[in-house]
Amino acid sequence: MANDTFEPKIVGFLCNWCSYRAADLAGTARIKYSPNVRIIRVMCSGRVDPTFVLKALALGADGVMIAGCHPGECHYIEQNYKAMRRYYMLKHMLRALGLEEDRIRLVWASAAEGQQLAEHIDKFVEDVRKLGPLNWPANWQENGERLHAVEAIAKEHEESLEVLP
Amino acid sequence: MSETQGKGKLALYWAASCGGCEIAVLAIDEKILEVAKHFDIVFWPCATDGKVRDVEKMEDGSIDVCLFNGGIRTSEQEYMARLLRRKSKVLVAFGSCATEGCIPGLANLSNREEIFETVYEETPSTENPQHIVPQHETEVPEGKLYLPVFYDTVFTLDQVVPVDYYLPGCPPEAERIWDAIVAILEGKLPPKGSVIGANTTVCDECPRKRTEKKIKKFYRTWEIIPDEETCLLEQGIICCGVATRAGCGARCPRVNSPCIGCYGPNTDVIDYGARLMAALASVIDSNDPQEIEKIIQDGIPDPVGTFYRFSLAHSLLRRKRKLIAAAAGGK
Repeated sequence: MANDTFEPKIVGFLCNWCSYRAADLAGTARIKYSPNVRIIRVMCSGRVDPTFVLKALALGADGVMIAGCHPGECHYIEQNYKAMRRYYMLKHMLRALGLEEDRIRLVWASAAEGQQLAEHIDKFVEDVRKLGPLNWPANWQENGERLHAVEAIAKEHEESLEVLP
Repeated sequence: MSETQGKGKLALYWAASCGGCEIAVLAIDEKILEVAKHFDIVFWPCATDGKVRDVEKMEDGSIDVCLFNGGIRTSEQEYMARLLRRKSKVLVAFGSCATEGCIPGLANLSNREEIFETVYEETPSTENPQHIVPQHETEVPEGKLYLPVFYDTVFTLDQVVPVDYYLPGCPPEAERIWDAIVAILEGKLPPKGSVIGANTTVCDECPRKRTEKKIKKFYRTWEIIPDEETCLLEQGIICCGVATRAGCGARCPRVNSPCIGCYGPNTDVIDYGARLMAALASVIDSNDPQEIEKIIQDGIPDPVGTFYRFSLAHSLLRRKRKLIAAAAGGK
């Protein structure tokens, strides 16, 4: 039931020369795609440091999409290959941390492929929607037990100080 | 009494760590006498007889410098971190555990239940037919006894209290410790929140020859005998020097062993593993997705342990996803 109303928060890193222009084209051609994706323009998919993806997840994104020029068509010759290698490296690590495959995705879309980019986005949003909310920061919350435990020390020993802020 | 007048007050504390940092302090050798000349050691449970109750009675801010090693994994450690923060003018996260979680932080790949199950049930030498695990409260005839609460997640010191300075390393090198002490004594400290140390990477201190890095296969250390002059990463060995802060003098690469990253991320790097992943991915010599995947999967069987050996607790994602960790635990 909860999933019916769940709107995934997606961060999309789109390269300036192809994919962002594809999004522009989708806009001017009035092609509709899911509004769940928050697009961030980067100069090249090779500019997408794994830090960006991890930070998006750590701040509560449900999925991250990276989009670049097709292989062989990078504006900077071959940096999208670097993006590809980093993507597989990152996926390998995220799998080990328990993240589902479908929460990060790398797609290619040329400046002429507004329609394709819109379809990629729609498909991705639906896949993430099926997985449900991620809410990564909840992973290190100790359900209030932690603060309670520190507070309790003050009660266990008379001399203890109340050191909580 | 006059001996102690004009002297600073120094405290050292040991939380979730192995104790190597305590030994590292003594590795400054006879200079420790110099430290004793300038500071009264008011609290150092490992070396002197001090009681928490004494610290509680000190005035707030009365300790000039506290060197705190170890991460925060129990409520007692968190209490001590908060207490020493309150009592200290300058709180230094000393060593890798306090700074970024270090090896104890890899416990963030599991949770309390799984850890207790391994330690109190599953290890071959454990016999525990009554399934006794530590409890926070226990009733005994004399009254209630308390044990600290064991957290699911290891925290770094700065995730619990504000930290003034960081001294990375597992353990910090004696020379760097001395540099920090001198900086403190002379009042020549960098802005608060900084690492007291170098602002470059281990590669900068490494004498090996570097050319272009192109890797078709990552080797694990036992699979290859590296030549002694070429960059280890160029030979396919995962050497973390590219992502790791200098300060050790490239000790490991100098003896044909790859850097494993104990000095943590360089200045301005938010996530150590991300930096290492970016660097390692860039040197893979292939443009074919399947081949790339194979090189990664075959060469890096333990990605979290490789990229975050010392820094998982302080990484952006901090730990393994808990729901899945719990489900995999089978309870």
